Amino acid sequence: MSNLLLDPGLVIALLLNFYILTVTSLKEVIYAVALQGALLGLLYPVAHTGFSMADRAGSLDAVTGVRLLGLTVAIVAIKGWLIPRFLLRAMRVADVRSSLTSTIGVIPPLLMGGIGTALAIVFARSLPMAEQHVSHLPIPAALATAVCGFLVLCTRREALGQVLGYIVLENGIFIFGLLLIEAVPIMVELGIVLDLFVGVFVMGIIFNHVSRAFPEASVEHLSNLKE
Amino acid sequence: MFDSLSIHSVLHVLTVLLFPPLLLGVINRTKAMFGGRRGRPLLQTYFDLAKLLRKESVFSETTTWVFRFGPVVGLATALVAAMVVPLGHASAPLAFNGDVILFAYVLSLGRFFTMTAALDTGSAFEGMGAAREATFACLAEPVLFLGLLVLSRISSSLEMNALLGDAVARGWHASAAPLLLVAVCWFVVLLVENCRIPFDDPNTHLELTMIHEVMVLDHSGPAFGMIIYGAAIKLFVFVAMIVNLVLPFRTGNSLLDWIVFLLGTLFVAVLVGTVESVMARLKMAEIPKLLIGAGVVSLFAVILLLSYP
Amino acid sequence: MMLLLFLLPLAAAGLAFVMPSNRWRPWVLPVTGLAHMVVAGWVLAQGDQWALDRWIAVDPLSRLFIGFISVLFFVCSLYAPAYLRLRTERDNRVLCGCLLLALAMMSLVTLAHHLGLMWVAMEATTLATAPCIYFNHNPRSLEATWKYLVIGSVGIALALLGSFFLAYSMVQAGSESTLLVDELVRQSHKLSPSWLHAAFVLLLIGYGTKMGLAPMHTWKPDAYGEAPGLVGALLAGGLTSCAFLCVLRFYHLAHIAHDDQYLHGMLIFMGLLSMGAAALFMSNQRDIKRLLAYSSVEHMGMLVFGMGVGGAAAAGSLLHVVHNGLCKAALFLAAANIHRAYGTSAADQIQGVLKRVPWSGWLMLISFFAITGSPLFGPFVSEYQILCGAFATGHAVSGALFFVLLLLVFWGIGNTLIRCSLGPAESGEHAAGANEYRDNLPMVIPVVICVLLVFVLGVYTPPFLSTGVANALQFLQQIPDR
Repeated sequence: MSNLLLDPGLVIALLLNFYILTVTSLKEVIYAVALQGALLGLLYPVAHTGFSMADRAGSLDAVTGVRLLGLTVAIVAIKGWLIPRFLLRAMRVADVRSSLTSTIGVIPPLLMGGIGTALAIVFARSLPMAEQHVSHLPIPAALATAVCGFLVLCTRREALGQVLGYIVLENGIFIFGLLLIEAVPIMVELGIVLDLFVGVFVMGIIFNHVSRAFPEASVEHLSNLKE
Repeated sequence: MFDSLSIHSVLHVLTVLLFPPLLLGVINRTKAMFGGRRGRPLLQTYFDLAKLLRKESVFSETTTWVFRFGPVVGLATALVAAMVVPLGHASAPLAFNGDVILFAYVLSLGRFFTMTAALDTGSAFEGMGAAREATFACLAEPVLFLGLLVLSRISSSLEMNALLGDAVARGWHASAAPLLLVAVCWFVVLLVENCRIPFDDPNTHLELTMIHEVMVLDHSGPAFGMIIYGAAIKLFVFVAMIVNLVLPFRTGNSLLDWIVFLLGTLFVAVLVGTVESVMARLKMAEIPKLLIGAGVVSLFAVILLLSYP
Repeated sequence: MMLLLFLLPLAAAGLAFVMPSNRWRPWVLPVTGLAHMVVAGWVLAQGDQWALDRWIAVDPLSRLFIGFISVLFFVCSLYAPAYLRLRTERDNRVLCGCLLLALAMMSLVTLAHHLGLMWVAMEATTLATAPCIYFNHNPRSLEATWKYLVIGSVGIALALLGSFFLAYSMVQAGSESTLLVDELVRQSHKLSPSWLHAAFVLLLIGYGTKMGLAPMHTWKPDAYGEAPGLVGALLAGGLTSCAFLCVLRFYHLAHIAHDDQYLHGMLIFMGLLSMGAAALFMSNQRDIKRLLAYSSVEHMGMLVFGMGVGGAAAAGSLLHVVHNGLCKAALFLAAANIHRAYGTSAADQIQGVLKRVPWSGWLMLISFFAITGSPLFGPFVSEYQILCGAFATGHAVSGALFFVLLLLVFWGIGNTLIRCSLGPAESGEHAAGANEYRDNLPMVIPVVICVLLVFVLGVYTPPFLSTGVANALQFLQQIPDR
């Protein structure tokens, strides 16, 4: 049952990667990243019930259920609402250009994203899988999303674009975390999400300073320090 | 058995010959409804064709046989392609193992002749149109092929009948995601191959913004009629492929299946009309981006399919 | 009690954030440092202990690091009040608070026995130190902070993926998935090598970024170059050592899994690469703080090289953590004094340091000889041990390369530093930003303490340190007991 929900969710997340790689409008990228984050947050309980029910062969007890619900709400709220809201605000306050530019054009990152996804799947196939996991998609999806995040991070000139790339990268790791519900206790999961938020928050503050110090908040201005 | 097969073949040929212009009518009617107008009659394309056939073709003195060949080959290739694609549950009359390749290349051949005919006029506008057509075709073709690859992997066959036949129904059970992606990408291909909005506007009157229409500006009379007719058949072929892909279910009653299939094609036509009504034309520079995006997505569909154990 | 190591600086950070007085706030640092040292001493006097479901624990490895970090922080914190008195134009609320937060997080990293917790703490150190680097609020420090944040966060994200790989390999091996280090080490022989190798690569890249190993070292010269010397000292001495501890955690795992060949090769390669890159960039470096940053890259390379070689060299590496950290503190604090005196850290505008700020100048020069491995000083002992270990285990080529790179580095640092030290005192007097700073006691004493410690460690290794290293090394060879 969980497979039925999990796989399509991951496919949508992967398609969002391509969308994030292509689109140049900053606002739309923020929305897409937010959508991806919220979607993954919603997959969290799905994965949880799916993977742990297989072992425990029973329904969730009330305490776990409440904690699970709380964490899901927290993740969705942070990734899907708080972070994008914060980024949109930063964008408005800093009055940056509303479009992202890439150092290598629009098409090459997209193609590289496609190739990266292919390589991620090939690589994931070379690793031995656990038998009890019904779905084979999370591992390649995690790697592919991480690769796409890395691509966004490397190719976008604007400071905010890099922040978005970092968030996508984190989303990829989050997908992998879906497989490890028992290993990653709720506190740690919360810690990771909070770290992400604080990271983006600090980046946002620094970003505001960047945009005040340099016009257009482009990373290309950040090149005074070199050998 | 032989009888029913031949009946279906006859029906297939008749549908291909008679049905396609109706799709254009449906698209136009949908657009008119969105615009709050009554629109042209549904059968207008038939009337247009009849009128054009009665007229005389005018050929410029600077053109050669290539120019006259363009419309003929365009129509012929569209017809051949239509003979290869199964319609609903009825298998195609001209089917053999490997006809996928024939299908793709026959369409390319038609395009090649349309483009050379455009170039033959020596007009700058038509050359420009041909160049654009070539560019976008280069980008659209991989999408088509990758989609076919997905289907051939699912059905382990290279025959259109099998590719778009029962295997699809099984495919929806086992690997729905790749098929869905292919369907979406093929819809993009349908729009670009048949010069619909958002890629091209069939009703535009400004040569600079045209892609397909600008290539056939110099054709007239029956030659132009053949072009319109060929375009309608081509549209029908693509629509039929998508209907086969998304409606692979059989009722068991062959008459009912035919009706379901034809209703399906009409529905896709309405969908095309809706897209044309709600979307604006893309900037020329945006088109390759969207096409490559579709290409990457279909590549992803292939990989996804391969990743299933 | 163990938790106090982490909670104490956390509370102090809260205090620093709410304290209104810009003048008295810096004193929170040395007071907390002292208290932390006392608690650390008390914890070290006890045996191994666990808390919170074995999520945090004091094992021989943690002992070495927590003791060292506590001392280092205390010495550095002595420097803070006097330094911040000179910088009254800036609000030091964020700096003080964040330094204390960083101490809390560093303590947590050393104690954490859960890969997830360790990761959260490590990432938190990045976030806590970033505002410190931006202390000067100018475009250059802004750029440095941005690079530090982005590169650090991305690197550490890969480390998280690597940790997840380890947990997944447990599932794949049919066990309950876990991120508890002890559990992983105990079960490590069952884990699939391909997952382990993939995890090692990601973990090494991730924590290697925080250590500043080449080629992920690019944030380092920028951050150290623009941060106040005090922050540089804590980053180069403390934070990078914590990242090294994270590397040691999975080094342990690899060893028990009998899978160390692969990791050792990587460590030796990364070590030599870092040393080579550092030597290359040092040779033409025109900024003394950036020079020190490359020195840090070099020494991080040495640490992983020693671990990669194993045996006696591994013991040398562990010892070198302490020696390098103290030396770096001395160097960065002395460099900060020189920066104060000249208003710049660009080497071509600094001349005659020995005449203008003789104490800082001489201390800088002595620490330079110490860090490049001259006899009589701590680093000599540990570097010699690493080198001997390399030859003894048959890594002749790597050992020779190590030696050559040491020479190159000596030339590289010496070239710039000695030129700065000598020359007439007047030059640069009228340069913009130059001020009336002259050596004063509070800003020299911490440096003197560091140099003295380095000197003492060079001629005499106290038994608690040698047994600490020996225990830590032994701990790395065996499966932890319940």
